[in-house]
Amino acid sequence: MAAFFANIDLTFLIVSLVKIVGFTFAAVLPLVTVCVYLERRFSAVIQDRVGPNRVGVPLTLLGFKKDVQILGIGGLFQAAADGVKFILKEDFTPKMVNTFYFWLAPCLTVVPALLTCAVLPFGSELDFSFLGLEQPVKAVIADLNVGPLYTFAIASLGVYGIVLAGWASNSKYPFLGSVRSSAQMISYELSLGLSIIPVFMVFGEMNLPKITQFQDAHGWLILPLWGDGLSVGRWILWIPMLISFVLFTIAMFAETNRLPFDLAECETELVGGYHTEYSSMKFALFFMGEYAAMIIGSGLAVTLFLGGWSIPFAPVLGLDFKEGATPLWLGLLHMGSFFAKVLGFILFFILIRWSLPRFRFDQLMKFGWLFMFEAALANVLLTAVLMIWFPVK
Amino acid sequence: MPPLLFYLFALITLGFGLNVVIARNPVTSALSLAVSFVGLAALFLSLDAYFIGTLQVLVYAGAVMVLFLFIIMLMDIKAEVLGGRANLSAMVAGVLVAAILAVQIATVSGRLSQSEATLQTAPLQLSEAAKSWEARGKQNLPTISRDLKAGNLPDAKLMGETLFSKYAFHLQMVGLLLLVGTVGVVALSKRDKEASPS
Repeated sequence: MAAFFANIDLTFLIVSLVKIVGFTFAAVLPLVTVCVYLERRFSAVIQDRVGPNRVGVPLTLLGFKKDVQILGIGGLFQAAADGVKFILKEDFTPKMVNTFYFWLAPCLTVVPALLTCAVLPFGSELDFSFLGLEQPVKAVIADLNVGPLYTFAIASLGVYGIVLAGWASNSKYPFLGSVRSSAQMISYELSLGLSIIPVFMVFGEMNLPKITQFQDAHGWLILPLWGDGLSVGRWILWIPMLISFVLFTIAMFAETNRLPFDLAECETELVGGYHTEYSSMKFALFFMGEYAAMIIGSGLAVTLFLGGWSIPFAPVLGLDFKEGATPLWLGLLHMGSFFAKVLGFILFFILIRWSLPRFRFDQLMKFGWLFMFEAALANVLLTAVLMIWFPVK
Repeated sequence: MPPLLFYLFALITLGFGLNVVIARNPVTSALSLAVSFVGLAALFLSLDAYFIGTLQVLVYAGAVMVLFLFIIMLMDIKAEVLGGRANLSAMVAGVLVAAILAVQIATVSGRLSQSEATLQTAPLQLSEAAKSWEARGKQNLPTISRDLKAGNLPDAKLMGETLFSKYAFHLQMVGLLLLVGTVGVVALSKRDKEASPS
């Protein structure tokens, strides 16, 4: 038994644990609450309302004169208040449901969404030599060679949560909602996977950290403005890459059940979709799963197309990544760059949600199977043909 | 991977596989099969076959089983849940077939030349493989030899290379077969417009 424990690399374990807790629970989950706040405030701006701008830390409950506003921005505590409300509400399980699957379904929505964080590079390298670590710590939980495939594989397990929620509720509206939603997710999974094959062809690589390092040195995939990115070949390949980006983003909207594809919770037809029978924290888990999937989707889009943690014009500014010789402040700056881009992409998600009307279900299916799928296939062919003359080294 | 994890995942794979057969509720059976696939994927990962392991989850657990579950959901399954009498002859036949298969696998795998080798006695010789790739000259794919030199096993790339060079013809045949299948399904499921006015 002693030999068994001697084989375990303790430093590696602790570093991995810190990365998992740090990125998944201290970055992505708080980002969910930030998303909720942004969603409310941004929609208010679009609709010419004020939105939540009063909620602060409720010190008046304790007898103080004024509530404290975090960072001086009113309403930032709204998301926390929502969370407390969810926990305090009655957790009601209807009598006719299949209890085991009714409880399992929310977990099956949140867990895959959070598991997909594992392969996202949220920064370059962090130099912790002052803590006694010889190697710089890679800012990615698992440096897999099949990163995006892993994300898709785990994300495709999220469908189980929706299917089971509708089935176990034993009620008509949730059932219809879950049938719709799972049909939609299965259909758009195809175009999602096919849409980024051209990206892998260009990079010749499926390892997300390596893809980001390449973009850092040679220009982002859809903004090749420095380094080798200024060659003719990269700008001709830019056309299929842009198509790929647009297809990927549309498929991502459909996969995360966001408007204009949120057929699952079409209130006018389905009451509330697959989570109609859910209340309290179980409902909140569906909510969290949806937002977490949105954050991871944004992270993947940013990593593949917008350079991940890379800072714009990094080689020109001298802020580029040098393997093994990146100072700690630059590593932290890279992390900040990644989260700033993800937040920007989330704002784009929200902007789309509040500007476009919802599709009809047959339109959605037709669009997915008759346009997205074919366009993604044609784009693979186009990239392959162009790469005969303009290969990327 | 420590042997402990191997036994854990083998237990998950086999246990949930057994549950597929003995569970009364078809939804439970379908989900158990999905969990069994995930356990199998973990076993693939322990053999450094990340690509296959991921595909196992992506294709079987994520797509095929979801479709199964989808169909089961649409059917009325009350009769199955209540259950009838166990079919003894079917059970005996099932156990018999499984036993024959197990004996077959044991005999065949015992005769393979690598069957005595373990991960310790037969390590991956990545640098030698990199050299042999570079010796291929024009047929060398730089992305593969670079990975091998760096000490990574580029399993997805190697598999793609093998599929599209050595087995290119077979791959096209499979593609053609799938196309025929797709066309057949569309033709069969297409509604007769005159028969059902809607």
